[in-house]
Amino acid sequence: MRNAICTFCGNACDDIEFDGFVGKNLCPLGEAKFSAKQRIEGPVVNGERVSYEEAIDRAVEILVNAKRPLLYGFASTVNEAIRLGVILAEKLGGIYDQCSSVCHAPSTLAMIEEGIPGGTLGQAKNRADVVVFWGCNPVEAHPRHPSRYSVMAKGFLTKGRQYRHVIVVDVRKTATAYLATEFYQVKPGYDYAIFSALRSIINGHEDAVPDEVGGVSREKLKEFADILVNGKYGVIFYGLGLTHTRGSDRSVENLVKLVQTLNRHTRYIIQPMRGHFNVVGASAVAAWEAGYEYAIDFSRGHSRFFPSEFTAVEALIRRDCDAALIIASDPAAHFPKRAVERLTEIPVIQIDPHPNITTLIADIVIPSALVGIEAEGTIYRMDGIPLRVKKFKETEYWSDYEILKLMLDKVIRLKGE
Amino acid sequence: MVDVIVITGRTTEQGVSIDEKLTDEYTKAVALCEMNEEDMKAINVKEGDRVKVKTDSGEVVLFAKKAVIKDLELPEGVVFIPMGPYANQVVGRSNGSGTPQFKGIRGSVEATHENIKPVEELLKVVK
Repeated sequence: MRNAICTFCGNACDDIEFDGFVGKNLCPLGEAKFSAKQRIEGPVVNGERVSYEEAIDRAVEILVNAKRPLLYGFASTVNEAIRLGVILAEKLGGIYDQCSSVCHAPSTLAMIEEGIPGGTLGQAKNRADVVVFWGCNPVEAHPRHPSRYSVMAKGFLTKGRQYRHVIVVDVRKTATAYLATEFYQVKPGYDYAIFSALRSIINGHEDAVPDEVGGVSREKLKEFADILVNGKYGVIFYGLGLTHTRGSDRSVENLVKLVQTLNRHTRYIIQPMRGHFNVVGASAVAAWEAGYEYAIDFSRGHSRFFPSEFTAVEALIRRDCDAALIIASDPAAHFPKRAVERLTEIPVIQIDPHPNITTLIADIVIPSALVGIEAEGTIYRMDGIPLRVKKFKETEYWSDYEILKLMLDKVIRLKGE
Repeated sequence: MVDVIVITGRTTEQGVSIDEKLTDEYTKAVALCEMNEEDMKAINVKEGDRVKVKTDSGEVVLFAKKAVIKDLELPEGVVFIPMGPYANQVVGRSNGSGTPQFKGIRGSVEATHENIKPVEELLKVVK
């Protein structure tokens, strides 16, 4: 198979060659994704192997009898399956939430407040002469990003590394910092203040900036602002270093304001470094189905968005859900322990290709086909570009779409349209 | 004991073993506390020794790992735990945005002789 799409990170590299065993053009993360590993053997209900149909029957029984089931995950599956998940949450009067809520959801809140001066990775590759990585470490999280889209990419107008100013801002000197022309080491939690300082300098008010902000001297900040303003086309890539720390959504908002300020002088865009290959789909599909991207409650028969109550973590900690359907995700590994605590108390149904930490606490486990290898569909790359992932291996496993389709049919039969 | 700011996040090793979480390889990749050498000296631990990280949200025992140049340099007073079930024993609350504070959590690190818990036991602890 030529031009296969890697279904690991938000890069969604589309130049993979895979013969069923060995892949070419894969980074270490992609190589791990495409290599053979332990699978869930078959559907299991309370430790007993059953058929797909029976597992789905039992799962539907739990979901329709729950007062407010939580449907969570979706970042590692295709848009067609995500759509069914949103509809299923609506029919069940439950909560739809997805992996963004422990990841880039604060970016969504910032986008609601300030808008998003966005672009595509193609623009970064072809046009950017200033590339900033703020609170992100693509060398470890998106390994081919620097070579395909940003640092070393040979673009139409910007023809390679020597024509780019690369800036890394982080609290630690990451592997990515070694690719940079300039590295600014900041104190944890001071991003907001640094954005404000840069905005002040660019707006001609450097006298309002103290001698040092967040561990960076005023002189250094002036130098930084100069590089930004003198860029012809700049891209600010940012990661969880902003969304996971003090300030969170407000920091991203201030970054957007910095980009707005820069756009009065030159041309700048921002791009969040999205983690899973289709976490953008888990947001976008929910937005076009229900009006919101995540933390959506359907218990009143219509969609309501309220992140401090309806994200999976909050709903679990507040004990506001009494059953959970987890698909294409592993919250038992990635949620704070108090949320996992609630997950161990309620019935959990899991749909996933691989056994993981959530499998250990799940009552019903339904194995699924590997998206992009054994199952096809549409995904959105981190910049929102839609791509078709392919199926090139036959399998006995049902796809996420097939599993959710039968679930939804059965729920509609029991609860009505 | 030293006071630290805890940050959590992705690493290559964590990403490579993410679909094999029930293996030793994954546990080795995520049950780590990466630290500045000076902080390790202050609590008298060497690479591979066990340390206990404590925050307002909880505590967890991890293997100490020295932050080295060109790999994971960390300033004094900042420790890094790869994302996963171990890190999540000590991460903070969401402050209203719905997204937990996975980085920049105030805490402390001390040497310990307690064992690293297997993942199964972490789940039982929270039950």
